[in-house]
Amino acid sequence: MDMSVILKTEKLRVEFTSREFRQTAKVALCHLDLEVKVGEVFGFLGPNGAGKTTTINVLLGFVPPTSGAAYLFGIDVRQPIARQRIGYLPEMTYYYKFLTAEELLRFYARIFGLSRMETDKRIDHLLKLVELDGARKRPIKSYSKGMQQRVGLAQALINNPDLLILDEPTSGLDPLGRMKVREIIQRLKNEGKTVFFSSHELGEVETVCDRVAIIDQGELKAVDRVSDLVTRHQSNLEKIFLDIVGYQPQSTP
Amino acid sequence: MNTIWALAGVVIKELYRRKDFYVLFVLTALITIATGMVNFFHDPKIVRYVKDICMLLIWVSALLIAIITAARQIPAERESRTIFPLLAKPVTRLQVILGKFLGCWLATGIALVVFYLFFAIVTGSREQHWPWLGYLQAVWLQWAMLAVVVALSLLGSIVSAAPSSTTTICFIAVAGILLVGGHLDTVALHQTQPLQGIFYTIYFLIPHLEWFDLRDRIVYDWGLVDWLDCVLATLYAAAYTGLFLLLTWFGFRRKSLNT
Repeated sequence: MDMSVILKTEKLRVEFTSREFRQTAKVALCHLDLEVKVGEVFGFLGPNGAGKTTTINVLLGFVPPTSGAAYLFGIDVRQPIARQRIGYLPEMTYYYKFLTAEELLRFYARIFGLSRMETDKRIDHLLKLVELDGARKRPIKSYSKGMQQRVGLAQALINNPDLLILDEPTSGLDPLGRMKVREIIQRLKNEGKTVFFSSHELGEVETVCDRVAIIDQGELKAVDRVSDLVTRHQSNLEKIFLDIVGYQPQSTP
Repeated sequence: MNTIWALAGVVIKELYRRKDFYVLFVLTALITIATGMVNFFHDPKIVRYVKDICMLLIWVSALLIAIITAARQIPAERESRTIFPLLAKPVTRLQVILGKFLGCWLATGIALVVFYLFFAIVTGSREQHWPWLGYLQAVWLQWAMLAVVVALSLLGSIVSAAPSSTTTICFIAVAGILLVGGHLDTVALHQTQPLQGIFYTIYFLIPHLEWFDLRDRIVYDWGLVDWLDCVLATLYAAAYTGLFLLLTWFGFRRKSLNT
């Protein structure tokens, strides 16, 4: 395996079987081949229901593939050790709301086996990075949505991961919150981290990403450098995306 | 092991930050103190009766804490979706189950020690009699029994996603075992086949939680149980706990995380 490839899927297929009698299985992913290299910011695009979250769920071991395989750092994703060097930010804020930000980060740090000294250092650094240092002793349930999303980002970075998997990280955030997340992704990119993220914000993807993949109905439709796609189609990413997913504008009477 | 302890820590933190458990805990402690102090007629029979009620209260409260806490752990993780960022870390589902078990078991253990401490101080200060070893055996065996109950409730929470139904079913099952479990072999003797076979099968399959009940020994001051029996009972509880945790893992390992 190419050592520069940090995330890889091979002919990944996921079918969800229906419990109803004679209902056919729904194909969520169909022979998906992806490769993300070290240091890349990789955008994963697709309309709702295209299979983005399913792909992320397979990468994180939440959903077993029907066939094919997925690897993180060359390790099969079904092995928990494959998740040792990754950080994951879910689309919504799913954290223990009765804990404070500091307690939550300490809990996750313990899971990664960080020493007490290292944990203290990481928590201080991350809470400053996401601008929650002043609210570190407050329970998460008292945070605004933007603050909860920033706690999420902090927990995703607690182990200083080499690969960050972000599922629509700016969804539901105000422009200021989106800008903040974008800045953090940019900073991580400058630090040489690899970022894999799904998003609907095409402008944001165009600004931040090195490469993008466009997926529709579980099938990979395009994967290329953002600049190459734009040059080839002589258009912006939004128009390219709409063309690829076959959007037909309704004619006005 | 670090992961399991970390998960257990979160369970305990959640428990002492929940108001309903606080209420149950404080209420039991208060009733134990209040009833323990009652000595209206200086009649030893009434004193024993009051002690019996105190012990029953401790048993019921400890069972409620164990069952309610354990039954909601995994369904709550799935419902609030906190399971997703958790399993995105290098954590296995077996570690989640073991962490939840340990947290619930430790929490019930802490509650149990405090309840018995209140009971011992109140009755001891009145009777000037401190059977510490008897209390130690009673706490230990009840705690061992609660390990089986916690594991059973975790298993129930995998089978039924609604914590309220799991709690009810587990409480009925545990109360049933405690009340009639020990008499099933006698009932079986008076039955014809196939009922006799069914009763005997149930008798030999269920964990006999009533064996861990030392309330009468405390109330009537019957002295200590043989230490070897304590060890055997602990091993018996460990075997059932292990079996229930294994079944829980078996049910949870491929279960969809979405509710």
